[in-house]
Amino acid sequence: MFDYEQYLRKSKMPLIWCAGCGDGIVMKAMLRAIHKLQIAKDDICMVSGIGCSSRLPGYLDFNTLHTTHGRAITFATGIKMVKPELHVIVITGDGDATAIGGNHFIHAARRNIDLTVILFNNHIYGMTGGQVSPTTPFTKHASTAPYGNIENPFDISGLAAAAGASFVARATAYNAIQLEKLIQKAIEKKGFSVVEAMTPCPTTYGRRNREGTGVDMLLYQKDNSVPVAKANKMDAEELQGKIVTGVLVDREKAECRQEYQNLLDHFSKEGEVDS
Amino acid sequence: MKTTSKVKKPRIEINKEWCKGCAICVEFCPQSVLEMRDGIVHVRDLDACTACQLCEIRCPDFAIHVIDEDK
Ligand SMILES: Cc1ncc(C[n+]2csc(CCOP(=O)(O)OP(=O)(O)O)c2C)c(N)n1
Ligand code: SF4
Ligand code: SF4
Ligand code: SF4
Repeated sequence: MFDYEQYLRKSKMPLIWCAGCGDGIVMKAMLRAIHKLQIAKDDICMVSGIGCSSRLPGYLDFNTLHTTHGRAITFATGIKMVKPELHVIVITGDGDATAIGGNHFIHAARRNIDLTVILFNNHIYGMTGGQVSPTTPFTKHASTAPYGNIENPFDISGLAAAAGASFVARATAYNAIQLEKLIQKAIEKKGFSVVEAMTPCPTTYGRRNREGTGVDMLLYQKDNSVPVAKANKMDAEELQGKIVTGVLVDREKAECRQEYQNLLDHFSKEGEVDS
Repeated sequence: MKTTSKVKKPRIEINKEWCKGCAICVEFCPQSVLEMRDGIVHVRDLDACTACQLCEIRCPDFAIHVIDEDK
C-alpha cells in the first residue's frame, strides 16, 4: 500500500487538470519511483516550465520551481551546477521542451548534465487550447491545423538520443507500472536522462481528432504499444502509428557536473582557486 | 504459516471532492467492482475486489485508495 498523500500539498488539491487527463497517472508513477528510491523530499528539486504538465510540481512537497515557458532545463542546469547533491527533476511538455525550449533540450543532452527530464508528450499545446506542437503527428488536427497537420513531427526520444543523452526511455500512461520502473532508472542514472511519457489530452487533442475520452485514449495506448525488442524486428511500415516503449538508450559517458567537480578538485589541490 | 484465505476484505476509499468522474478506474478494474453514478465512482461489488490496485495506479486524481490489511 502506498500513501501518495505524504507527497502532496493537499491545500492545492484537487488537481487543475481535466477529467481523464493522463498527467496525474504519470505523476503518481513518478511518486512511486521516488519512494522506491527512498529519496528524502528535501533532496529533490523539481523544476517545470509552462503548460498543463508544468503545473505538476506545485502540487508536491519537494523543493519546487515553476519557471518560464521553455526554460525549465536552463533553471535546472543552474541548480545542478550549484547544488550537485540534489536530485534535479524537470517536468516539461512536448511544447515546452521541444518547441520554445528545443535548443535548451538538445544542449543539455549534448552536455550530458545529470538531470532527469520527465517529458509529458500529449502531441499538443494543451494549456493554450490545442495549437499544433512539434510532436503533433502528420495529418492530425489542432486549432492551428484545422485541415490536418502538414508538418512532420519530432521523435522526442530519437532527438534526445541523437543529441547525446545518456539515458532515454519511453512509456505510456496506460502502462503506469513500466513508466514507474523507467522513471526510477532515469533518476538513478548519472547523466542526462529523458523519460518520454505518452499521456492523453482528451480535451484539446482527443476531441479534435475524434479519439474519445481519456479511457479511449488509454485503450489506444494499450493496443498500439510495442516493446523495443519487438520493434527492432519490425519495419517502418509496420511501426506506423505504434508507440515503441522501454529503454531506448543507456550508455556511460562523461557527465558535465562531475567534470566540473574534477576541475575544481584539481585546482584546489594546486591552491590556485578556492572551491 | 502461509494462509490462502483472506482474513479481511479490502477497503476502498473514494475522495468525492477529488474524483472527476473520468471512469478510468471503472474501465480498468478487472473484477467490475466499480461503477459510475451521479458523475463519480461508487463501489458496486466489494466482495469481488482482489486489492490488485489497478484502479488506484491509473486514477489521475488521487481519488481512489484501496487498503488491503493483508498486504
Ligand atoms: C514565452 C511564452 N510564450 C508562449 C506562452 C503561452 N503558452 C503557455 S503554455 C504553452 C504550450 C504548452 O504546451 P506543452 O508544453 O506541450 O504543455 P501541455 O499544456 O500540453 O502540458 C504556450 C505556448 C507562454 N506562457 N510564454
Ligand atoms: S487541456 Fe489536455 S493536457 Fe491540459 S489538463 Fe486538459 S486534458 Fe490535460
Ligand atoms: S483493487 Fe483491483 S479489483 Fe479492487 S477495485 Fe481496484 S482494480 Fe478492482
Ligand atoms: S479514476 Fe479517479 S477520478 Fe476517475 S472516476 Fe475513478 S476515482 Fe474518479
